[in-house]
Amino acid sequence: MPSPSATEGRSLLARLRAVWRTAGKTANLAIGVGDYEAYVAHQRTQHPDQPVMSYAEYFRERQDARYGKGTSRCC
Amino acid sequence: MKDSSRIESPSLPPTSPGWGGEIITWNEFPSRDFAKKPLDPDARSPDSWRHRNHRRASGKERMNTWTSRLGWMLLAIFGAVCLGVVALRRGETINAMWLVAAAGSVFVIGYRFYSRFIADRVLGLDATRATPAQLRNDGLDYVPTDRVVLFGHHFAAIAGAGPLVGPVLAAQMGYLPGTLWILVGVVFAGAVQDFVTLFLSSRRDARSLGEMIRTELGETAGWVAMVGILMIMIMLIAVLALIVVKALAASPWGTFTVAATIPIALFMGIYLRHLRPGRVGEVSLIGIVLLVAAVIVGGHVAASPGWAPLFTFDATTLCWMLIAYGFAASVLPVWLLLAPRDYLSTFMKIGTVALLAVAIFVAAPELKMPALTRFVDGTGPVWSGALFPFLFITIACGSVSGFHALVASGTTPKMLANERDARPIGYGSMLMEASVAIMALTAACVLEPGVYFAMNAPTAALGTTSESAAAAIANWGFVVTPELLTSTAKNIGETTILSRAGGAPTLAVGMAQILNSLIPGVGSMAFWYHYAILFEALFILTTIDAGTRIGRFMVQDLVGGLYAPFKKAESWVANALATTICVAGWGWFLYQGVTDPLGGINTLWPLFGIANQMLAGIALIFATVVLIKMKRERYVWVTALPMAWVLICTLTAGWLKVFTPNPKIGFLAHAQKFGDALAKSEILAPAKTIEQMQRIVLNDRIDATLACLFMLVVVTVFVLGIRTALAALRANAPSCNEAPYVENTDAIAVGN
Repeated sequence: MPSPSATEGRSLLARLRAVWRTAGKTANLAIGVGDYEAYVAHQRTQHPDQPVMSYAEYFRERQDARYGKGTSRCC
Repeated sequence: MKDSSRIESPSLPPTSPGWGGEIITWNEFPSRDFAKKPLDPDARSPDSWRHRNHRRASGKERMNTWTSRLGWMLLAIFGAVCLGVVALRRGETINAMWLVAAAGSVFVIGYRFYSRFIADRVLGLDATRATPAQLRNDGLDYVPTDRVVLFGHHFAAIAGAGPLVGPVLAAQMGYLPGTLWILVGVVFAGAVQDFVTLFLSSRRDARSLGEMIRTELGETAGWVAMVGILMIMIMLIAVLALIVVKALAASPWGTFTVAATIPIALFMGIYLRHLRPGRVGEVSLIGIVLLVAAVIVGGHVAASPGWAPLFTFDATTLCWMLIAYGFAASVLPVWLLLAPRDYLSTFMKIGTVALLAVAIFVAAPELKMPALTRFVDGTGPVWSGALFPFLFITIACGSVSGFHALVASGTTPKMLANERDARPIGYGSMLMEASVAIMALTAACVLEPGVYFAMNAPTAALGTTSESAAAAIANWGFVVTPELLTSTAKNIGETTILSRAGGAPTLAVGMAQILNSLIPGVGSMAFWYHYAILFEALFILTTIDAGTRIGRFMVQDLVGGLYAPFKKAESWVANALATTICVAGWGWFLYQGVTDPLGGINTLWPLFGIANQMLAGIALIFATVVLIKMKRERYVWVTALPMAWVLICTLTAGWLKVFTPNPKIGFLAHAQKFGDALAKSEILAPAKTIEQMQRIVLNDRIDATLACLFMLVVVTVFVLGIRTALAALRANAPSCNEAPYVENTDAIAVGN
């Protein structure tokens, strides 16, 4: 999970790429879709015996989890 | 108070680059060797690492400390000067930049000093303690998340229509009272509430506010709080739906644009489910392009004599359409309508707020509204009641919002990578929300005051023509010509701007003015006005269907407690019944507001404000009791003072709304006045028939009952809280129900 501060010392392009990735993750999480790569990594290391959802399945699961019971909406 | 003097000497950790730098980097973790000694109570106290850092400070770091002190001192002086200009300049107009600069300084200083004091002294945030995300990491709900990413998530979850509307309504008293309460309220109450709730939930396995109240304050308090949460939910939906109705009534352009969001969302939903599953980025982009196209097409629809009537509805019809929509949207599969619309509204919300911020900076508009208007005495046409307590419940969400306590105890605590992140995320996000409130206030105050009052005062006060409105406004001491009112309406592509209460249209005109001056030529006033209306309506509609859905589950939970089969999520009968109860609840108040000759907002917004502040009061009572149970009573004032203030405001406002003899404010006095006339078979304006008279009396009585219920809920939780607090004071060890301490093995690796 590179935050912009973690990329100091790298080339400008690499830094921009890291910022772009963080922005993408932020936008995804803002609508309740977490980090798919982190999920896959977690599943591989912690539950190697269990199947790993594809991105489409993961997305569907996240969508239902966020809206299934309604989200706490703010005023 | 000796402690506060100590924290004011900034002693940054060695990693910090200097004054202000920490806001950007948020590098505040103590050194690694501190993290390895979690169980030694001295080592865990934040002081010890600070002192150690002092001891080790090299010459260069000492230099940094001095530049840092100097920098903060200069910022404080700058902020004080700006605030002085905002508060004291009279007579001529003042540039919005003074307001923006004052707010910015206050937020930065509040974050740097007060939130740090809370983090280190009051709560003792512990970087060495494993968070729920680490303990229960499942790759899905519980995931340690980078704080920048999580900040975005949390801000998107707390940002809504409230901080846009409240400050606009508050502008009737001038820009000063609203500004001051947003600044003071957020630093000492709102952000504190969000931060503390997030922290407490993180220490309790990321449990929700209701559950936490049950375990810390007892079953009864938990149950009462649940009922309170359901009531505020219903009020929230009703008042937001009313805002949409007020903005769309007799506006074919607006109605077309907002209606177009339904097919656009359906298309996105199918695309995401079946065509290209999970490609949110591309489909949202397509959706936003379609939305902008809808705004442009809407202009042609409104101009066409054949099409315009198809999208022109009166308020009552729109009300029924919204009720039907709310019911349908909350029982349809979520992927079809609810989710894609939420994606659109989330991205548009953040994008538009950012655009507005840039526009205010570039355009640097003048505030035409005076600092204080004569309406501080409580005779204002937009909402009635004096500055205390009604200003505080009117602004509501921009300074302190009880709703945030629900979000801060929802998904966010499940993703904290480190307990110390609770400070930037809890406190920081709320400061951001207050910045949005300041922008909304600015947008309302750049309008000519005459235009502002023409848009927000009810028909009963203005009449229905530009001439009668201009005359009425001149009576209040503001100069406006009938021509200005007609030309403003023409500029924004509407037939009239009179009595468009509810805040959204006012904000939209203000935003249109600012955005249009920023990018002249691109679009027109009319385009930006309808874009702004769409932007607000979009996330209000999302709130309506998501809120109805969550309300339905709350009803099922509450009723299911008494009659178990009702709880079953897959039972169609229970679903439909619970949804109907929920929709009927907000539909009732919506209908009442739409048919209210005084405009509805006048009645419903205070009720909503009271409900929201009541929830904030409950969250702060809970936080205060837990601080006492943690044996941190030395610092209890941090939550107890805002709690006391919020309770005083809410209860006073509630009491006045019910019992004051002035029929303009008191529900019962109003019912009495109309009831007496009814007994003599007289008809009082603005009612036109006996039935309307009867309905006004009934509505007043229901509103009074509701306000009483709100007060009862708060007082019950308060009394139960006091009881628990007294017992905790007598105990000689901490008695709160925290999850046990588990060492965080990767504090440094994850945090930085």
